[in-house]
Amino acid sequence: MQRIVDKINELFANGTVDRVLGWKVGEFSYDRTPYVFTKEGGLDGFAYDSFCANNLSKYLIAESRKEGKVLVLLKPCDTYSYNQLVAENRIKTENVYTVSIPCKGKVDVEKLKAMGMTGITDIVENGEELTVTTLYGDEKVNRCDVLCEKCLACQKTAKECDEAIEGEAYEKPHKDRFATVEELEAMSPEERFAFWRKELSKCIRCNACRNVCPACSYIKCVFDNDNSGIASKANTDEFQENMFHIIRAFHVAGRCTDCGECSRVCPQGIPLHLLNRKFIKEINELYGEYQAGDNTESRGPLTSFTKEDCEPSIVYEKGGK
Amino acid sequence: MLKISMENIDKLYAAIKESRDLFLPIESAGQVQFAEYTDDAVVRLDVLKTVKSAKDAFFPQSEDLMEFKVCGKEIDVIPPSGDMKEFVIMGVKACDAKSFEILDRVYLKEPIDSYYALRREKGLVVVQACGRPEESCFCNVFGIDATAPVGDVVTYLVDGTLYWDAQTEKGKELTEKIASVFDNADANDDAKVEASKAETKAIMEKLPFANLDLSRFNGENMMEIFKDERWNELYKACLGCGTCTFVCPTCQCYDIKDYDTGHGIKRFRCWDSCMYSDFTMMAHGNNRNSQMERFRQRFMHKLVYYPSNNEGIYSCVGCGRCVNKCPISMNIVKVIKTMGVTDNE
Repeated sequence: MQRIVDKINELFANGTVDRVLGWKVGEFSYDRTPYVFTKEGGLDGFAYDSFCANNLSKYLIAESRKEGKVLVLLKPCDTYSYNQLVAENRIKTENVYTVSIPCKGKVDVEKLKAMGMTGITDIVENGEELTVTTLYGDEKVNRCDVLCEKCLACQKTAKECDEAIEGEAYEKPHKDRFATVEELEAMSPEERFAFWRKELSKCIRCNACRNVCPACSYIKCVFDNDNSGIASKANTDEFQENMFHIIRAFHVAGRCTDCGECSRVCPQGIPLHLLNRKFIKEINELYGEYQAGDNTESRGPLTSFTKEDCEPSIVYEKGGK
Repeated sequence: MLKISMENIDKLYAAIKESRDLFLPIESAGQVQFAEYTDDAVVRLDVLKTVKSAKDAFFPQSEDLMEFKVCGKEIDVIPPSGDMKEFVIMGVKACDAKSFEILDRVYLKEPIDSYYALRREKGLVVVQACGRPEESCFCNVFGIDATAPVGDVVTYLVDGTLYWDAQTEKGKELTEKIASVFDNADANDDAKVEASKAETKAIMEKLPFANLDLSRFNGENMMEIFKDERWNELYKACLGCGTCTFVCPTCQCYDIKDYDTGHGIKRFRCWDSCMYSDFTMMAHGNNRNSQMERFRQRFMHKLVYYPSNNEGIYSCVGCGRCVNKCPISMNIVKVIKTMGVTDNE
């Protein structure tokens, strides 16, 4: 973290940037809030540690439209979101200074709680081991056992930024990101339907998934537009429970970088990333390997046309999978 | 006081179900919510906090109000179908139990909300003392005792035994009906319950938010707090999602929507969130155009407006769900800590 702080102070001092989009410490050792630090205000409360999971790129839609230059700290996965937003002309890049920062995966406190560690008063990191102090005693846990779902299958390396701060070598977890999708594909349609019904029926339509999503960057979502005829604030039946998320997954298909924020913020723990990964897997199989946010130039496979594209009738050959 | 071993707890549920619907904290797809009890339900009385609060029992997230049928020049107004059965909601913690009182002050005041009033009349609340408070709990700040929840029946879950203590007429009437499933508790049991309460109380005092200072929210400086520049800092990262409002036991705002069935209109109401851009949208447009104003509204309502209309009672019970669930970790505790002191302090 010290190298990041030094770099920011250097860029503040030489006038390169006016503001910094980073994370601020909270009430506990694990709650971190996105925050804009200013040259005048300094870096009081700045944090970069295992709990800075928030993807900051979407804030740039608003921040890059303000006066002056804003420095943004991007974890490897966030650099893809940034690129995708740039490709979609959502960010005024001339007002942004990008700095890629190292990441060893972020810790999911919900996982600690699920393991019975409640009443957490402190978490101290020592290499690969976390010491969790709770009101009911101390426990030690391996970092790799409590990483955010989105980090478990992350193989991303930072895309080019204005500046890169490298970290120490780190072996990423090796979970195959399509493994669970394949398990779902192997189910019978009835089993798969039952799985999704159980998950999606938990949805409370809080819109956290949509509002955190860098691919959902529209000024007014159709579900918020009273004149659209489909605006709604609650799931009134099973059909709506299912369709809201499926429509959203369709809408971000080909643009979703698999940043995993949707699942991370869902208060109900719905594995929404599985819907997105299903689309990514389909796109890879039908149009060739594609990673949204890999660069700022290419058009996504679903927004461009080539003669090699599959025919719509492909759906009939897939046997409902 | 009566008691039943958790090994036989299904007998208690079955006995209640004989005469009433029963709602309990039930686990489904990894999350625990208040839901209707069925024979194969995974009941989790041991879980401290359900994701959503218990308020759905009286103020459901979405609720049919009436239906309109058009036939030529006639319009039929049809009330919601079916009689509501009496129900029991069990496993309600002290914070959620207190939230019912806060909702009552809104919905049972003239003009009385008949839908809410009917549910309150039909519902019996079985509360449960907390056994393992978490770091995000701060009910004691609002004068709530986590070990002495208020309800028709108070229960204590200690060492695999559920202790049952009816408080009100309603509670005693139910207890009589299902008395055969219980054993009588003795002095030894009383001691166990008391010891468990003392243990929880000791933890409550050690909680990080136990000493939150609310003194600035005293109803005397409404405009001063409203105009405070620091709202501009606090709201900044807010995503404008509705998570905090939907997991909150005291958030009470709703929207009324009409659904066109093709043959008529179904009118329903559903929870609304002051964080949403079309909240309280009126013909002239919106009266809160920025996220800062929406964000401020939520906390002003809980800490300033509601208390000034309700003898100083805050519209927060310190359940800490917003603390746990906000995607950007901004919450009422941070607001209280920031706005609770003046700039020159």
